[in-house]
Amino acid sequence: MPQDVQIDSDGRLRHFISIQALPRELIEQILELAESYIDFPTRGIKKVPLLRGKTVVNLFFEPSTRTRTTFEIAAKRLSADVINLQSDSMSTVKGETILDTVKTLQAMHTDTFIVRHKNSGAADLIARHVPPHVHIINGGDGRYSHPTQALLDMLTIRQHKHSFENLTVAIVGDILHSRVARSEITALNVLGAAEVRIVAPKTLIPTRVEKLGVKVYTDMAKGLKDVDVVVMLRLQMERMEGQLVPSPREYYQCYGLTEEKLKNAKPDAMVMHPGPINRGLEIASSVADGQRSVILSQVSNGIAVRMAVIAKIMGGDSTKRKSAT
Amino acid sequence: MKTTAIRNGRVIDPANGIDLVGDIFIKNRRIVEHSEFSNISIDREIDASGLIVCPGLIDINAKMGERGSSQSSTMQTESKAALSGGITTACIQPDTQPVVDTPAMAHMIRTNTEQQTGPNILPLGALTIGLEGETLTEMAALKAAGCVGVSNARSPVRNTLLMRRAMQYASTFDITVFIHSFDPWLTGNGRVHEGEMSTRLGLPAVPEAAETVAVARDLALVDTTGVRAHFSQVSCARSVSMIAESKHRGLNVSADVAIHNLLLTEFDVDGFNTMCHVQPPLRGEDDRSGLRKGLKDGTISVICSDHRPCRIDDKLAPFVQTAAGISGLETLLPLTLKLVDEEVLDLTEAIACLTCNPARTLGIGAGSLAPQSVADICIFDPDRTWTVDPDNMLSGGRNTPFAGMEMRGKVTHTFVNGKLVTGQTSGSVKS
Repeated sequence: MPQDVQIDSDGRLRHFISIQALPRELIEQILELAESYIDFPTRGIKKVPLLRGKTVVNLFFEPSTRTRTTFEIAAKRLSADVINLQSDSMSTVKGETILDTVKTLQAMHTDTFIVRHKNSGAADLIARHVPPHVHIINGGDGRYSHPTQALLDMLTIRQHKHSFENLTVAIVGDILHSRVARSEITALNVLGAAEVRIVAPKTLIPTRVEKLGVKVYTDMAKGLKDVDVVVMLRLQMERMEGQLVPSPREYYQCYGLTEEKLKNAKPDAMVMHPGPINRGLEIASSVADGQRSVILSQVSNGIAVRMAVIAKIMGGDSTKRKSAT
Repeated sequence: MKTTAIRNGRVIDPANGIDLVGDIFIKNRRIVEHSEFSNISIDREIDASGLIVCPGLIDINAKMGERGSSQSSTMQTESKAALSGGITTACIQPDTQPVVDTPAMAHMIRTNTEQQTGPNILPLGALTIGLEGETLTEMAALKAAGCVGVSNARSPVRNTLLMRRAMQYASTFDITVFIHSFDPWLTGNGRVHEGEMSTRLGLPAVPEAAETVAVARDLALVDTTGVRAHFSQVSCARSVSMIAESKHRGLNVSADVAIHNLLLTEFDVDGFNTMCHVQPPLRGEDDRSGLRKGLKDGTISVICSDHRPCRIDDKLAPFVQTAAGISGLETLLPLTLKLVDEEVLDLTEAIACLTCNPARTLGIGAGSLAPQSVADICIFDPDRTWTVDPDNMLSGGRNTPFAGMEMRGKVTHTFVNGKLVTGQTSGSVKS
């Protein structure tokens, strides 16, 4: 196995690229720190002076609304300066490589990059080529990893279910193309969930996925039987045109989450979706807006988790000081 | 003309079943009988005690850079790299710029390379014009111009009827068809083997069936046309069994494998290691064992470097954006010797896979130390260890996944056409 780039020689989190290879304690520390940030807005605390004078760059080579916005809010609540760069305004369009783009920005004394890229491994590549004082946080790369999304979902699950030990979680939809699914499968396994299932037609299931620690279901009713948590994945419309799934109608019929299908899950099962949702394609409106849906609290937890990740990486020891007070 | 004596080496010449300690004499570019030498003077002498003397290596698939290319790898750099690796003959695919689809191009490659100090370069002619898979080339003329076979390189011939006709036509003129079998639809934009690692890393994958479907199709066509066919760089265990079955039925087929597919697997891609980005991809453990088994039982008779020098920038990008290929000329021999250490092959078999076997596939006289053979000779120290350092590579491409690894076996001398092109003699001798 190659050396993990995420942890430095002192065992501290230097980059945040993927859940893989991170120890359980570290993930739990981030979740606990995030928990302490959740009620900041309601307590009237809008900002913490942790990262005053530091610069965070949102380097998004692929469009995103909620990830970019919540990262921006998170960094600003920690008093960092934030610069947003979206793909259409970047010189990679002119043929510059991503490593050159990062080098140029780093020459402007920026401290941390949140990277979103359409290709798997982009954040990992950048992390391997930046000087020691620069940090990389993965905002989603290709089909590989979206670790902050996975952690915010873990935080949401923890709030509602308290512990992972006895939980059965079903992830439903396009597993093949989903970085969210890959990161969540890893996170759930690391945190000790009793069972992780994936539910999808075979065209959307990657080879040997069971090696990641999941049980594979192709039948929605069976896959949802007695689960505690249902995670619905977004199905990209462009992947629907007869190649992987014959039609939106048939997909909804077989794998869309309706109230009827949700009856297979435990009565107190919670419904999650990383967004943006396609109503009437992968999830019925009545379920998305229903009592068991936690979709909106996922979004607000996103800010707390991203604050925690940024603080953990950039704040150094100060996170310890804070928890001591 | 100088005469040379190579003394006291362990001479391994698999083509002639020879493995003994003795002397080799070169005169007028050719290897000569012992007895002839008893009464002539020797101009130079090489003390090969403790070294292995074998026919010069024949690399059946290498990209040798192009003349006047602005890339970092040119014919000059790649020739030096090949000679330092003991390679005296390299066979190149027709996917050069421009494509080798006319006798003039084939002729140009042959004459250009004959003028410089480098390994013998043998071109394959294109199977179809521009490698576009639509129109047959003038194969008889390509053969006359020096092409040792025809191939569509890594451009698939999608039209099965045209593939059949190409085989029929090649067979008419006794030309070997070299085939990289893969199905373009199943391959898609895949970059790594479809398996556990593609799933973990979320990289677009090439399923095993991308190769086996095409091998099955091409074998069926070989069966109906009777052409002599060579499958280039097979990567899947299932392909090996299909080829073995066809051989048993008497079809005239052979196959080669890239050395990296015998040593590495999909798991070496972990950490998005772009140095392991190759086409066909590094496959699973079972495939690697299947390839090794096929090599041992002779289904696969040739090991090649599949040398593809890349600029380092072409490897420094997110995985799917990187160029495929390994710079392999300088590590072909020591990596093949690793197979001997791992008891996949014995030493003679390993050397055969790099010498007389590829010579047979290419239909050339090289790969032998018999008297009167052209003196293409490789001498190496089987025990000398060295570490692969990309900065010290002679090839313009420093793209190797073996950087930092210890190799055992180092070429000390290379002769091409009787001329010492790598290494030193022990000085002049008067007898």
